[in-house]
Amino acid sequence: MVDSLSLKKPVVTAPAPQNGSRQAVNRSRRETLAAYTFLAPWFVGLFLITIGPIVASFYLSFTDYSLLEEAKWVGLENYTHLFTENPRFWTSLKVTGIYVLVSVPLQLGFALGLALMLDRGLRGLSFYRSIYYLPSLLGGSVAIAILWRKIFGADGLINGLLALFGIQGTSYVNDPDTALGTLVLLHVWTFGAPMVIFLAGLRQIPSSYYEAAAMDGAGVIQQFKSITLPLLTPIIFFNLVLEVIKSFQSFTQSFIVSNGSGGPNDSTLFYTLYLYTKGFKDYEMGYASAMAWVLVVIIAGLTGVNFLASKYWVFYGDSK
Amino acid sequence: MATASSRNPFLYRRRISRGAKHLLLIGFGLIMLYPLLWMISSSLKPEELIFREPGLLPSKVTFDNYTEGWSALAHPFGYYLWNSAVITALSVVGNLAACSLAAYAFARLNFPLQKLWFALMLGTIMLPLHVVIVPQYIMFSQLDMINTIWPLILPKFLAHDSFFIFLMVQFIRTLPRELDEAASIDGAGYWRTFFRVILPLCTPALATTAIFTFIWTWNDFFSQLLYLNNPDNFTVPVALRTFLDSSGESSWGPMFAMSIIALGPIFGFFLAGQKYLIRGMATTGLK
Repeated sequence: MVDSLSLKKPVVTAPAPQNGSRQAVNRSRRETLAAYTFLAPWFVGLFLITIGPIVASFYLSFTDYSLLEEAKWVGLENYTHLFTENPRFWTSLKVTGIYVLVSVPLQLGFALGLALMLDRGLRGLSFYRSIYYLPSLLGGSVAIAILWRKIFGADGLINGLLALFGIQGTSYVNDPDTALGTLVLLHVWTFGAPMVIFLAGLRQIPSSYYEAAAMDGAGVIQQFKSITLPLLTPIIFFNLVLEVIKSFQSFTQSFIVSNGSGGPNDSTLFYTLYLYTKGFKDYEMGYASAMAWVLVVIIAGLTGVNFLASKYWVFYGDSK
Repeated sequence: MATASSRNPFLYRRRISRGAKHLLLIGFGLIMLYPLLWMISSSLKPEELIFREPGLLPSKVTFDNYTEGWSALAHPFGYYLWNSAVITALSVVGNLAACSLAAYAFARLNFPLQKLWFALMLGTIMLPLHVVIVPQYIMFSQLDMINTIWPLILPKFLAHDSFFIFLMVQFIRTLPRELDEAASIDGAGYWRTFFRVILPLCTPALATTAIFTFIWTWNDFFSQLLYLNNPDNFTVPVALRTFLDSSGESSWGPMFAMSIIALGPIFGFFLAGQKYLIRGMATTGLK
């Protein structure tokens, strides 16, 4: 269902037989030329702003480079310093790890729950879908991060509501124990995007399955466990992989809520925020590159683990 | 109802619980939207009432926050809106042009190394931005392009957002190939086929691309923060951020007012292009 990434073999238009293979060669040469022309902008981009920088970044990660002086080769020093002498690196990993581990399952849980409620001929479906989807379009913006800062601030919405009950709260964004929690909530708030994907997935399950199950006396819960959930596992897996990769790279929220510091007490120091600070505040660009490569390895690792684990719980109908 | 419930015994029970379900969905939707509604309402309240009235209806309506926020920074806020609009519009044009060209080649043409390039293209979709950002920054700074719009729009004209190539490839593959063949028999070359046959039929995919590019670029903070350091070049997100620095915790009213103005265009595009957004989400996720 999800898969279809593989190239579909294009139908080769047979060359007109009477003209022999000469024309076929001509045609395929023309086609190649056309293809590479169509792809020209992408090729320039691929080499100039993707592959080139990847190679450069890998090289820089073994150097000391500050944009003003020549890059100085330092071998593995950036990496060894990161792992053995930099507690902030570990803090940022821990903060980001907790964020991903808590917010992604919660977000997907809400997404799936709401998608199930909205499925199948509910009146007002598109209205509800819009309401729930809207936050995920706005959630990454500076404006919403500012709003969040105020909602959970000392004299913000939450404390304003609590005050109605005579409770006096503190600033949740300035408390190291709760600051990360507010960011988790912000991420959960954007469950609309995976929800839309779940809804599309649910629509692909043939209703005859449910009718047959109902005929055999299966209840709603039984139907969910034996039909909906197994057939939805590829979509759950897709959302999981996507959201883990995305949320590990979150930046704006922690930058705005902590005003660029990752505070209080580094409690919202996202990995990418720390990388940004190292590279573009302290201008330790070699160091930041090393951090970028650690990030790549982590994301690749998480994705790999996801794929390996998927063998045990993702159900592909055709592999039975 | 009797026939309905005999066809599906769960339908009957569903009907009873339907009202409760709607109540739950509306209630939950209200909680979801409450922060947004509260921000709108707060932006219309005098500063001192923001905290004291957590409700949505302001007891006193004023537009002071808007006039104050509009002129609170080095330039009037409209200046930043214009900067954002220019970058966003050019990004949309760039993505539409470059990605559709590449997508046509991948979806319809046969050429050596096609599989390799296609795999590379897919590979770059999930590539973390951070692994290229440092060298990109160095490159753009050596080209003297920091504090210009080039680092922000050039990548779009070079089809850097390969996600959209993928989206369009998937879409073009659903178009009947007979159309290409008919055009070819009529003597149309690849370019004519692309412009006259494929592109017009791609409108839904192009619309999805345009809307997503608009929203992502308008919201984008990281690269705009990185490349635009001069207040004369600031875009809306970067300008909003300076509110935090310049006014600290004091002037939330004006900050909210400008935040709402910043979110306005996204909301507008959301209303106008919902169909394409939802479809885009669903198709890239599934097929």
